[in-house]
Amino acid sequence: MIRDITIGQYYPSNSVLHRLDPRVKLIGTFIFIVSLFMFNTLYGYIVVALFLGAVIKLSKVPFRFIARGMKAIVVLMLFMMFFNLFFTPGNTIFELWIIKVTDNGLRQAVFMGIRLIFLILGSSLMTFTTTPNQLTDGLEKIMRPLNHIKVPVHEISMMMSIALRFIPILLEETDKIMKAQMARGADFESGGVLKRAKSLIPLLVPLFVSAFRRANDLAMAMEARCYRGGDGRTKMKPLRYQGKDYAAYACVLVYFAAVIALGIFGDQLF
Amino acid sequence: MQIIFDKVNYIYSDGTAFSRHAIKDISFTINKGEFIGLIGHTGSGKSTLIQHMNGLIKATDGRIYFNGQDIYEKNYNLRSLRSKVGLVFQYPEHQLFETTVFKDVVFGPANLGLDKLECELRAYEALKMVGIGDDLLDASPFELSGGQKRRVAIAGVLAMRPEVLILDEPTAGLDPRGRDDILEKIAYLHRESGMTIILVTHSMEDIANYADRLFVMNRGELVMQDKAKAVFSHYKELEKMHLAAPQVTYVMNALRDQGFQVSTDATTVEEARKELLGLLQR
Ligand SMILES: Nc1ncnc2c1ncn2[C@@H]1O[C@H](COP(=O)(O)OP(=O)(O)O)[C@@H](O)[C@H]1O
Ligand SMILES: [Mg+2]
Repeated sequence: MIRDITIGQYYPSNSVLHRLDPRVKLIGTFIFIVSLFMFNTLYGYIVVALFLGAVIKLSKVPFRFIARGMKAIVVLMLFMMFFNLFFTPGNTIFELWIIKVTDNGLRQAVFMGIRLIFLILGSSLMTFTTTPNQLTDGLEKIMRPLNHIKVPVHEISMMMSIALRFIPILLEETDKIMKAQMARGADFESGGVLKRAKSLIPLLVPLFVSAFRRANDLAMAMEARCYRGGDGRTKMKPLRYQGKDYAAYACVLVYFAAVIALGIFGDQLF
Repeated sequence: MQIIFDKVNYIYSDGTAFSRHAIKDISFTINKGEFIGLIGHTGSGKSTLIQHMNGLIKATDGRIYFNGQDIYEKNYNLRSLRSKVGLVFQYPEHQLFETTVFKDVVFGPANLGLDKLECELRAYEALKMVGIGDDLLDASPFELSGGQKRRVAIAGVLAMRPEVLILDEPTAGLDPRGRDDILEKIAYLHRESGMTIILVTHSMEDIANYADRLFVMNRGELVMQDKAKAVFSHYKELEKMHLAAPQVTYVMNALRDQGFQVSTDATTVEEARKELLGLLQR
């Protein structure tokens, strides 16, 4: 069940998007997210939708796979739309007891919902097309200047990539231990809150023990290979911009300019 | 006790880009008191298959009957099934969690809703069976050696007094002494209490010594199910599946190729010894 959440997963494929430098994707995603809040016009939404559509097409990630991930955030979206719908002042459209729906509220609810979908689609496209290792590599390179003010950039990114790598391992381990305890008659599903919380002990203790054991093994393996932090460390595959990366930057900038122009000159929706 | 599989299929992450058809059209019958050896290359679906036997995994397609009852029927009591079909996972020592060895073994029977005395009696008996001495009962399970931990974990399943005991590579990662120890205990259980045993292993020697019948898995399919001798006579085919026959089978075949009049169906050292002595006396 946990495996059904596709947000944040990597989807292996060999599209142009997969082959882009991770820095382009990180910065591109950042610009995309900023752009979502730079306009308030109908054309703005159309431009964003077209841009996203093109990127999804380029990524070769099946739409069904993306859509399944979106299901997981439906609750969050309804929650947000609910607040927008009922708590935005404006001209009342209809009234029921203490509930008032206003024209502004309705518009905001719909458009905020769309924006949220865009935001999540955009950022999950980044993780669909970039492996966690590439992501941290990219982040490390972007943050490199912070080294001058004594931020341990390499160490932070190393911790991040280890943490990301451990997520699927721990999920698998949880699954295994859960089954092993169920084979001994454990019941994780029935009973009240207290009983359920207690039933987690046979799951959590082995999980922690195993996480510590793995962390220990990993530390040992790293030391055995003389790992000693970022100073003077070189990379097997250093990140270098290529033609397609510059082209991608150009596309993102054109898109950004278009959105801003529409934000300034287009008809305001509200 | 009887387990019947009828065309069982299982697909991991069915319907996604990562779907994997782990076992395909598996059918067999296992009867009371049998000792089954399940062999197959890594990734051939052995672990997936055995998790169906106590309902931990629900088949994507196919039927499973335990004592004639369909375990996927609506009101079938899966928890009671799990107490009758004991499953010891690979590296079972990773599931220990209690503060003492004894308490950990009590966990299984306690989940069956038995009274305290009965639980403790069963736990004690199970620990005796796997050869854990009284001095270790109050030790923390995390302080034990690898072999001891493994035996405690097996006792944790035995304490539920299952009718069938399934063990997934119970000797993986143990030293030869610990390995023989555990196998001897399993064979003893089979002999003395007539418990049905299903043993997943990579060691052909072990299997040849103990199992009545062999199941051979290859790429998710059950390709052979026969007496050990019959299976090992196909050692050329086994090699194609990255498996092998016991070493004595190779020795006997080599002797035969050299022109000695020996039968090649010996699978254990003891059988080979008899055969060779017979040859010398002729
Ligand atoms: N939890 C899982 N999710 C997805 N695929 C799995 C999972 N467990 C096993 N598999 C796949 O199913 C196949 C059979 O695995 P398994 O039953 O563990 O084989 P064996 O025990 O014979 O080594 C393998 O190809 C494996 O990669
Ligand atoms: Mg296995």
